[in-house]
Amino acid sequence: MKVLLSWLQEFAPVDGDPADISDQLSALGLAVESMSVVGEGLDGIVVARVLELAPHPDADRIQLVQVDAGDGEALQICCGAFNMSVGDLVPLATLGTVMPDGMEIVRRKMRGEWSNGMLCSPTEIAMGDDHDGILLLDDSLDVGRPLADAMGLRSDVLFDLEVNPNRPDAMSVAGVARDLAACQGVPFALLSPDVAESGGDATDRLSVEILDPVLCGRFVARVLDGITIGPSPTWMANRLTSLGMRPINSVVDVSNYVMLELGQPSHTFDLDQVAGSAFRVRRAAPGEKLVTLDGVERTLTEADGVVADADDTAIGIAGVMGGASTEIHDGTSSVALEMAWWDPMSIATSARRLGLRSEASTRFEKGADPEVIDLAMRRFAELLGETGASLAPGTVDERGHTPARESIRVRTDRVNQILGTDLSRDRIAELLGSIEFAPEQVGDDLDVVIPSFRPDSATEIDVIEEVARIHGYGSIERTTPRSTITGSLTQRQLDRRTVRTTMIGMGLDEVMPVPFLAPGDLARAGLQVDGITVTNPLVAEESVMRASLRPGMLATLAYNASHRMTGLGIFEVGHVYRQPDQPQPLPDEREHLAVALAGSDAADAVGVWSALADALAARDYTLVADDPAGLHPTRTARIEMAGVVVGDVGEVDPGVLAAFDVPERVAWLEVDLETLLGLPHGDRPYASVSRYPSSDIDLAFEVDDDVPAAEVEQRLRGAAGELLVDLALFDVFRGEPVGEGRRSLAFTLRFQADDRTLTDSEVSRAREACIGAVEGNLPASLRA
Amino acid sequence: MELDLETHLAEAAASIEEAVDLDALSEVDTALLGKKSAVTTAKRGLGDLEPDQRREAGGRLNEARATIEGLVASRRTELDAADRVVRLEAERMDLTEADRGRRLGHRHVVTQTWDRLEDLFVGMGYTVAEGPEIEDEWHNFGALNFPLGHPARDMYDTLYVDYGEPQSTLLRTHTSPVQIRVMEAGEPPFYSIMPGRVFRSDTADATHMPVFHQLEALVVDRDITFGDLAGTLEAFTTAYFGEGFATRLRPSYFPFTEPSAEFDVQRPDGSWLELGGCGMVHPEVLRAGGLDPEEWSGFAFGFGLDRLALMRHGIDDLRELFRNDHRFLSQF
Repeated sequence: MKVLLSWLQEFAPVDGDPADISDQLSALGLAVESMSVVGEGLDGIVVARVLELAPHPDADRIQLVQVDAGDGEALQICCGAFNMSVGDLVPLATLGTVMPDGMEIVRRKMRGEWSNGMLCSPTEIAMGDDHDGILLLDDSLDVGRPLADAMGLRSDVLFDLEVNPNRPDAMSVAGVARDLAACQGVPFALLSPDVAESGGDATDRLSVEILDPVLCGRFVARVLDGITIGPSPTWMANRLTSLGMRPINSVVDVSNYVMLELGQPSHTFDLDQVAGSAFRVRRAAPGEKLVTLDGVERTLTEADGVVADADDTAIGIAGVMGGASTEIHDGTSSVALEMAWWDPMSIATSARRLGLRSEASTRFEKGADPEVIDLAMRRFAELLGETGASLAPGTVDERGHTPARESIRVRTDRVNQILGTDLSRDRIAELLGSIEFAPEQVGDDLDVVIPSFRPDSATEIDVIEEVARIHGYGSIERTTPRSTITGSLTQRQLDRRTVRTTMIGMGLDEVMPVPFLAPGDLARAGLQVDGITVTNPLVAEESVMRASLRPGMLATLAYNASHRMTGLGIFEVGHVYRQPDQPQPLPDEREHLAVALAGSDAADAVGVWSALADALAARDYTLVADDPAGLHPTRTARIEMAGVVVGDVGEVDPGVLAAFDVPERVAWLEVDLETLLGLPHGDRPYASVSRYPSSDIDLAFEVDDDVPAAEVEQRLRGAAGELLVDLALFDVFRGEPVGEGRRSLAFTLRFQADDRTLTDSEVSRAREACIGAVEGNLPASLRA
Repeated sequence: MELDLETHLAEAAASIEEAVDLDALSEVDTALLGKKSAVTTAKRGLGDLEPDQRREAGGRLNEARATIEGLVASRRTELDAADRVVRLEAERMDLTEADRGRRLGHRHVVTQTWDRLEDLFVGMGYTVAEGPEIEDEWHNFGALNFPLGHPARDMYDTLYVDYGEPQSTLLRTHTSPVQIRVMEAGEPPFYSIMPGRVFRSDTADATHMPVFHQLEALVVDRDITFGDLAGTLEAFTTAYFGEGFATRLRPSYFPFTEPSAEFDVQRPDGSWLELGGCGMVHPEVLRAGGLDPEEWSGFAFGFGLDRLALMRHGIDDLRELFRNDHRFLSQF
C-alpha cells in the first residue's frame, strides 16, 4: 500500500521529517519498504506534443520522435519506447535537465541520429512504477509549460508500506493516517463530504434483494445522475498515478480514489441496462455464464457469488468483476452505485478460482469495513460531482450477516502480565481510544468495543497487541528470564556430532544436496523403492522425496567431476523418507549417513565404517557379504549389529556410476543412524589393565578365497579363550607359494592374564587350540 | 719394574688425544686402564712393598688412574658430540617436501552455524528439540492457529506430499510445528530451540531455495513477558554477533504469536537487517499444546539459519550452500 504524506494530512495534522515518519510507520507495524520524495527535481521537464514518429535507420529498438516543445518547431528525440502516437502529450526532459536520479540530459548522437532531450517514463520522474513506456499526459495540458506547473504537482513524500494480512484497515490512506495520528498524538478525523442531493429518490428507482446472507453482509445502492465520462481532474490523476494506478476516466478514477482513500471498493452499473432495475445477490448456478468487463466469457460455479437483475441474469461477479452488459459508456446518464461487504472466504475462493485477483477483491478477502460504506458513498458523489454528476436522494441498504462486534473484556493485570509493563487501566484506555477501540471501565478492567474496520481483532490478546503497538514495542522494558532448566544436548545429538567429527577427521567434506529427486532417480541409483511424491512440485525434477542419500551423493560427485574435481571424499547426514511397512500417521522418516569416496575402493569404505564404529564405541558388528541392488555385487557387505542391519558398505555398482556420469570407482557407506544409534553403544564398563607381561603369537593360514577373513577371526577368537586380549589381521598375501584360489591371512594374537605371568605351556595350548579350530572347521591350513 | 708415572701419564694423554673416533678411544681405554694395562699391572705389583710404601705408591697409582679416566671421559664427550653431528646430518630432511597438504574434511557452513547456535543456546539454558520434516497439516498449520482458508496461509507456499488424505501431509513450511511437538511431549517449563530443515514452494534464486534451514526458539514458563522476549533476543544477538549490534522489534503478524513482531538487528554501520519473526505464544497455540494460557505464557522466535551462514562468510548467493561444489565446500 502506497500513501502520500499530503493525503495523510487530509485526515490528521501529522508532520515531521520524512525519515522520522518512516520510522514511526515501521514502529506501528506498517513497514516502510521504500520512501521517496515526489514532485521535486522536475525543473526542465516540459509538456511536449508528439508531431511525428519514424523508425531509426540503424536501430530497431529506438525510434525517432519529432516533438513540439512549445515553440512550434520540430525537435528530434531518440526514444526507446513505442507506446505513444502522433498528437500525444508527453513529458520532455530538455537539454541541461538534471533528472531525479542525477543524470544530466545532454545533446548526443544515438547510432548516428541526434537526440535533443529525453521523453520520460513514469518511473523516471517518480510518478509511478511503469518504466516500460512514456508517460502519456492529459490532452488538456498546455504544450511547453513546465510539467510540475502544468500538472499542479507539488513536493510530496511517497511511502510504500508492507501491510500485514491482519490489517485490512491499513489498505487505505485513512487507516494509515489513523495509526500515524495515534502515534504522533494528534487528532484524526474522517472526511465530511459536502453533497447536495437532487433528482428522483433511489428507493423508487431500484431494488436490492440479498438471497445469500452469508455471501453478502451488506449491499448499498444509490443513484447518480448527470454522468459525463471524461478525464479526471489533474490532481486526482496525479494522486492515482503516484499510488500506482493508471487514470482511466472520471468514473473509474473516482471509484479507485475512494477505494485507496477509505478502503471501500465500489461498482457502477448503467442503470438503464439493468433489467427491472433490480439487484439480486446470490450464489452462481453451476455452469452459469457471464461476460465480464474484460470481454471474457466466464463459466461460474457455486463458489462464485453473482449480482443478478430482475430476470435473474447475472450482471456481475460478486466482489471480483462486473459484467459487460451493464458497463457504463459514453451514453450513460444514470448509474447505480453499489458498495457492498462480501464474505472474505467467498471472495478469496472466487477470485483465486477465476484468476481475477484485483485491488478490490484483495480488500474484500482481507475483510473490508461494513460501516464505512455510507461515508464512501457520499465521498464518491462528492468527487464525481466535480464532473457534474449529482447524487439522488434515497439509499437502498440491505444487510446479510456481518461479523458480530461484541465488547471484549480486557484485564489490566493480563495486559501487564503479557507485556511486562506497568500500565494503568486509564493509560490502556487512552492508548486504545486513540485508534477508535472504545473502552469502558469495569472495575480495574475494561470492556472494549472493537471498531468495524478491525475484523482481525476479536479476543483479549488481540487487544493487548494493540496496546503494545500504540504504546510502542520499543518502550517496553527488556528483561531476560533465567532459564529454569539445564541446557544440554541429548545423547542422540551428541552422537550426531561425533558422526560428523569422525567424518571430518577422516578428511571427508560435508555436502548438502537438496532432498528432492526427479522421478526415476531412485531407480537409476539401483534402488527398488518408491519415494514419497510431492503432489504440487514446482518442477518434475523436484517431485520425489529421496528414499536414500545415494542419488544426491552421486549427482554431487558427477557435478564435481564435470568441473574437473575428482577423487573427492564426501559425506552427508540427512533425512530419507519412505513408505512405512505398517500404516502410521506420517511416512517413515529417518536420519542416514552416507559416505562416497571417489577413486577409492571398498576397503577404504570399510576403513571409514570401522573408524565410525570406534568413535561411537559400537564395536560388536559384523560385515556380511551381500549384494544389495545398486551396489557392487562382489564388493559389498551389509553391516549387522546385534542381528540388525544398520547399513551397507562397499562400492557403488559400475552400472549405476555410469548412469550418473560418475567417471571413477566409488567406495560407498550408507548407515541408518536411526537404527544404529538406537542399539547399545557408547560407554562400557571399565576393564582393568593387567600389570603382568603379555605373550604374542603370529599365525598365518592359507585359506580358500571364499572364506571371509572375519570367519577365520571368529574361529580364532572362539578358540583362544579368555586369555586373548588382542587380535588383528596384519597381512594378506596372494600368489606363489600360496595356491590358486587361496590367500594367506596372517593374524597376531596377544595373550595376557590379570593375575599372573602366563607360562609357555599355557600359550602353547592356546596356540594349538587356535590352529585346530581354524584347520578343523575351515578349508584352511597353517603356513609353516 | 717401577712405572714412571709422569712419563706414563704424558704418553697416555697423547694417545687419548690421538684417538680419532670412539672405536679408537675404546682401544686406547683398554690399553691404558684394562687388565693388561701398565697401571693395572703396577697395582698388582704393590703387594710386594712394605705397607707404608704400598700406601704411598697405591695412592699415586690411583691418582694416575683417575687422571687417565678423566682424560678418556672428556675425549669421549668430544667424540660423541662430533659423531652425533655426523649421524644427524645424515638424517637431514627437507620438511617443505613433506608438506603435502594433508587435510581434515570440512563441516558444511550450515552445520557450522547450526552447531554454533546450539552451543550458544545450550549455554543460555536451552535444550534442542527436533521434529519430522514431513509433517501433518495439524502440526504445521492447524495447531498453530492457522484456520483453513486463513489469509495467512497465503504467506506460506506449501508443498504437499502424496500420503494419507489429500493435503493432510506436507513438507513442513517452518520449524514451528516442533513447538507443538515439544508441548505434547513434555511438561513446562520449556526452554528449547528447534533448528531444522524447512520447505517452500519457491524457485531457487540468490535469496530463495525450496529447501532451507530455520532455527526456532520456544520458551514457556510462568510469567514470561514480551519484555522477556525482547531481552532474550538482545542477549542472543549480543552473544552471536558481538557487542555493538542493537535490536529492535516491529509489530508484525503471525497466526501463532500475539503480540507478534519482526526483529531487526542494527549493524555497527547503522543499517538494519531483518532477522526473523517473534512474538508471545498465542493462547490458542498453548491450548493446542495442552496448556492453560492463564497459567503459562511464553514466547517464540525464529529466523533463517542459512542467512546467518551467508552473512558470516560474505556469501551472496543462497544456492551456493546446496550446489556442493568442492571449491566452495573446502573453503570453510
